[in-house]
Amino acid sequence: MTEADFSPAALSEEVEIPESISGLEPVRSVRTPIRLVYDFVPSPSVQEYLRSYSERKILGHRSPVDGAVFVPPRGVDPRHGVLIEESVELSDRGHVGNFCVTHLPIPGRDDLDTPYVSAWIHLDGANVGFLGLVAGCDNDEVHIGMRVQAVWKEQEELGNTAENILYWKPTGEPSVPIEKAGNRAWDRTNE
Amino acid sequence: MNLQFLSKKLVIAHGIEQMNKTNSFRDVAVVSVASHQTKILSEVNEVQLMANLISKCRNSIGVTQEEIGFTCSGSSDFLAGQAFSFVHTLDSVGAFPPISESHVEMDGAFALYEAWVKLQIGEVDTALVYSYGKPSAGSIIDVLATQLDPYYVAPLWPDCFSLAALQARLLLEKGLTTFERMSEIAMRSQNNGFDNPNAVRTSKDISLENLMNEPVIVDPLRTSDISEIADGGCAVILAAEDKAKSLCERPAWIKGIDHRIDSHSLGVRDLTGSPSAFLAAEKAGRNSDRLDLAEIHGMTSAQELILEKEFSLSEKTHINLSGGALAADTMMASGLIRIAEVASRIMSGQMDRGLAHATSGPCLQQNLVCILEGK
Repeated sequence: MTEADFSPAALSEEVEIPESISGLEPVRSVRTPIRLVYDFVPSPSVQEYLRSYSERKILGHRSPVDGAVFVPPRGVDPRHGVLIEESVELSDRGHVGNFCVTHLPIPGRDDLDTPYVSAWIHLDGANVGFLGLVAGCDNDEVHIGMRVQAVWKEQEELGNTAENILYWKPTGEPSVPIEKAGNRAWDRTNE
Repeated sequence: MNLQFLSKKLVIAHGIEQMNKTNSFRDVAVVSVASHQTKILSEVNEVQLMANLISKCRNSIGVTQEEIGFTCSGSSDFLAGQAFSFVHTLDSVGAFPPISESHVEMDGAFALYEAWVKLQIGEVDTALVYSYGKPSAGSIIDVLATQLDPYYVAPLWPDCFSLAALQARLLLEKGLTTFERMSEIAMRSQNNGFDNPNAVRTSKDISLENLMNEPVIVDPLRTSDISEIADGGCAVILAAEDKAKSLCERPAWIKGIDHRIDSHSLGVRDLTGSPSAFLAAEKAGRNSDRLDLAEIHGMTSAQELILEKEFSLSEKTHINLSGGALAADTMMASGLIRIAEVASRIMSGQMDRGLAHATSGPCLQQNLVCILEGK
């Protein structure tokens, strides 16, 4: 028995079509549509978070270990793996911890002109950032540390959803120094 | 090729080679377990559930995550309906400062196997293994159909219980079992599960007659022949040698563990048996005469019968004292829970030696057997 030849040349050799199917159009792909439906019920803490949006409130979770505040609330402190039960109401103001200018459209968001600015928004009172859209100024003006506040939908359009915040606009307040901007939950010592 | 993946494979291959050379395995034991199953998990999500179980598992033997050398989990994105869902669940571990971690898209029993190999290599002395599933969020029969052969079988969307029913039909037609025997298994599960707080379908006084009069759901299987689908999770801590002795008064030592696979193609298999289950038990060193208990993982009463035969279990062995997967079946965790059930009865001193079995794939295709002993 000779050793099998696994060299790239051997693998790319022309495949010989058997006589019996030589006249047929080759099957080049098989489509197997898969559709799976899920009934996702958010946990009580997530429900509380979503409901508070309809009152223009943003909730965070305060860690029982060192008081660090996480937003959105997930029910656990991911640094220690401990359950969190304490909710805190956060300001709808904060600063840009990081950002990027995106030139690709989002499928299904025809209302969004490119380029737009995605940013990590750090709310006052929170120790981590969460994702938001920055608008209301030229894209060139967006910078790390820039103070922003939420622009909410009209009262009658509010629902149990984070979509209630249309975007984050500059407040005009002095910027947060770059060395103090961004995540602070991971470098703080117990306070 | 993903280099990290390649290096992981090489390390495992190297480790097993070293073990073969010296012909000696490290003594590794289960030292702590925690599990929870319920019909529908509604008060907490999977992350919160696992935070609770993992904390319980660590706290009961007084270890922190920093003292855990390796963490390995099992879960399914298809079940969760979310890509990389296991990354979210790492929040429940407390993965900061960064930890050494791995994941299998399989039942937690197979994650335990990976952790056992890691412990054999000798670089770490402790490992945390966990797995979870929330089948109530979707349609488990559709989710399980996607694991089948994508060209010939999956497009037909056969549901998992119908496939298991084909298996039961063969057993009946070939005279290898009877309706009565299947109902006896269902009754055993309901009776045994009565004292297990995690068992979902239990009854102390259900009669064989009741069970045999149940309506047929997927012919020839009746309601109680089919596992009761449940949400839940399980966490287990493994430790090696002296570390195990220092953490636990009576560790449940893993005397053998093996994983074997039958063909993916249902048509080429004799579904009335499970050669891979037999082989896994042989290689794990089952020694059936000395088994005080066995926890076997089947999704139907007929599958439990096949497994009993493949493992040559006799009346000496208590089978599925927990009620088994028939009483509460949590996809991705049912296998690990079988190991936890055997281990906890050994750790408590109630039993000395047991067999734990986990399965995966359609009709008992993949099988893992773990032999545990109190020494």
